[in-house]
Amino acid sequence: MGIRIISPGLATTVQDLGRPGYYHLGIPLSGGMDRFALRAANLLVGNDPGAAVLEAVFLGPQIAFTRDSMVAVTGAELPPKVDGVARETWSAFAVKAGQVLSFDFLKGGARAYIAISGGIDVPLVLGSRSTYALGALGGHEGRKLAAGDELRLGAPGRSVKEGRKVMPELRRLPSAPVELRVLTGLYWHRITDQSGRDFFADTWKVAPEADRIGYRFRGGRPLAFVPRTPPFGAGSDPSNIVDACYPYGSIQIPGGTEPIVLHRDAVSGGGYFMLGTVISADMDLIGQLQPHTPARFAAVDMAAALAARRGRAALIGKLGASLG
Amino acid sequence: MPQSSPPRSSPPRSSPPMRYSFGGDEHIFVEVDEEMSLEAFFRTLSVTNAVRESKIRGVAEICPANASFQIKFDPDAISPDDMLGELKGLESAAAGTEAVLKTRIIEIPVLYNDPWTHETLMRFRERHQDPSVTDIEYAARINDFASVDAFIAAHSGSPWFVTMVGFVAGLPFLYQMVDRTRQIEAPKYLRPRTDTPKLTVGHGGCFGCIYSVRGAGGYQMFGITQMPIYDPRHEIGYLSEFMALFRPGDMVKWKPLTREAYDQAVADVDAGRFQPLMRDVTFSLAEFQKDNDGYNRKLDRVLHGH
Repeated sequence: MGIRIISPGLATTVQDLGRPGYYHLGIPLSGGMDRFALRAANLLVGNDPGAAVLEAVFLGPQIAFTRDSMVAVTGAELPPKVDGVARETWSAFAVKAGQVLSFDFLKGGARAYIAISGGIDVPLVLGSRSTYALGALGGHEGRKLAAGDELRLGAPGRSVKEGRKVMPELRRLPSAPVELRVLTGLYWHRITDQSGRDFFADTWKVAPEADRIGYRFRGGRPLAFVPRTPPFGAGSDPSNIVDACYPYGSIQIPGGTEPIVLHRDAVSGGGYFMLGTVISADMDLIGQLQPHTPARFAAVDMAAALAARRGRAALIGKLGASLG
Repeated sequence: MPQSSPPRSSPPRSSPPMRYSFGGDEHIFVEVDEEMSLEAFFRTLSVTNAVRESKIRGVAEICPANASFQIKFDPDAISPDDMLGELKGLESAAAGTEAVLKTRIIEIPVLYNDPWTHETLMRFRERHQDPSVTDIEYAARINDFASVDAFIAAHSGSPWFVTMVGFVAGLPFLYQMVDRTRQIEAPKYLRPRTDTPKLTVGHGGCFGCIYSVRGAGGYQMFGITQMPIYDPRHEIGYLSEFMALFRPGDMVKWKPLTREAYDQAVADVDAGRFQPLMRDVTFSLAEFQKDNDGYNRKLDRVLHGH
């Protein structure tokens, strides 16, 4: 035994670094939406960086511990409490058997990562412990946690000292307005040049329909499409294509009105045109966006995307070195 | 409003060049053809098979779709431009291969006009093109069938190709194996539903589908099957090897059920007695193109073992 869920929060799921290899059958990667924060939480408590943790969105769970553990909470600013006494985020703290971990209200960001020494020991499904709720797969019974759920913990790894912290410069939360860098492409040619400029000039806002599958944005000008005769099988709407694969991070705009950026639990394909893809280095940031956050999209080229990717890898290296 | 579409019997044309695009720094998206056809699907299969066999370093995932495909790759292992060059080098491989496929044909029992999709479609009527009729009545009318029964006879009268698996776990996209002039076409709902019963038999554009899980959806709903096609809980015998039944290249033949037969089939599934009718078969695109209907009758004989 390890932990028992007293109250689950809004949508708390078990996640690790994901389940690659089955996207061609419609089973997405899943895993933590903010992978950097997930790694940091694990390293703080002495776990492998990809051990299974709890991802809590907007509202924290209440958890009773039945084993002495080291715990860390990273990502969103969701202040933890042990038996009602405040603890810091981005740092390791002890929770003893019999104590209760709870949370104060969200102060910033959207998703907190709760790592516990030993990791959450749910069964591996197709190589991962991540929850893919839409497919009722992985995690704890393929779903978000509910009151009364009991989860086992793995054997603790390295023992670490209480009070270890992630350096402040490595704690990443999005600014407002957040800037999401985009490589244009895919079906970019479907919209007019003017609409292409408008898309990047407008300030959008995160819509309430934002979850692990995708983040919807609204508030920008509707797009105008280049006229065409619909290709056979595509459908009559100008935003339709013959159903195709959707890259992670791809931006589809059904009907030309509200962009949706697909995330870790992406639908793997469908019949809407996409105008480009958010670069891999900015995917973590999306997972920390609250509804109504203003957002701008910024066009970059491949060289800039790769430079950002190297920058992010350097941060992960620094994190590992400082907590190694 | 009926689907506006290009001339429904446009003549066969030569294969267009493939269109390549980066999907961020981790994907290359390749459009084999802008429009759907079995030829485009077979070119997609050939080139994705060539990618798999070529063992290009840095390839993480190969995802074939109806008339396009996507490669996920690790740009730390191979530069995006080098990956692009490798893929372009394989394009000619698709042209040279004979379109012959060792595959399976699978019979899927369907209760058309079932009460569950009916309840759901009534709940979302204001999102439909024609709220005064059901989805199947609407599809029958806009495809010029005299009756719903005639529509069902056409829907279940020829096999369908699984030309893509995805959207959600294990969901097959199905392409009707008849001449383009006879293919059923129907627009998607004006606004997607937030609910679709699990195992709904749907249709959008020229594609049929089976919803593998309950959830949102925009396709017209014609009926429901009791036959599990996705089993993350490992309870179904014939899905024990892998939790999702379908692979691109499978063929499906619908079998209309009466309500009594459907209820019996549900009981069989629940008792673990249900075994799908499934046969191995070799499909030749050239042979099929010579005589669609004759070839489909042959497939029917393979399916029923006579």
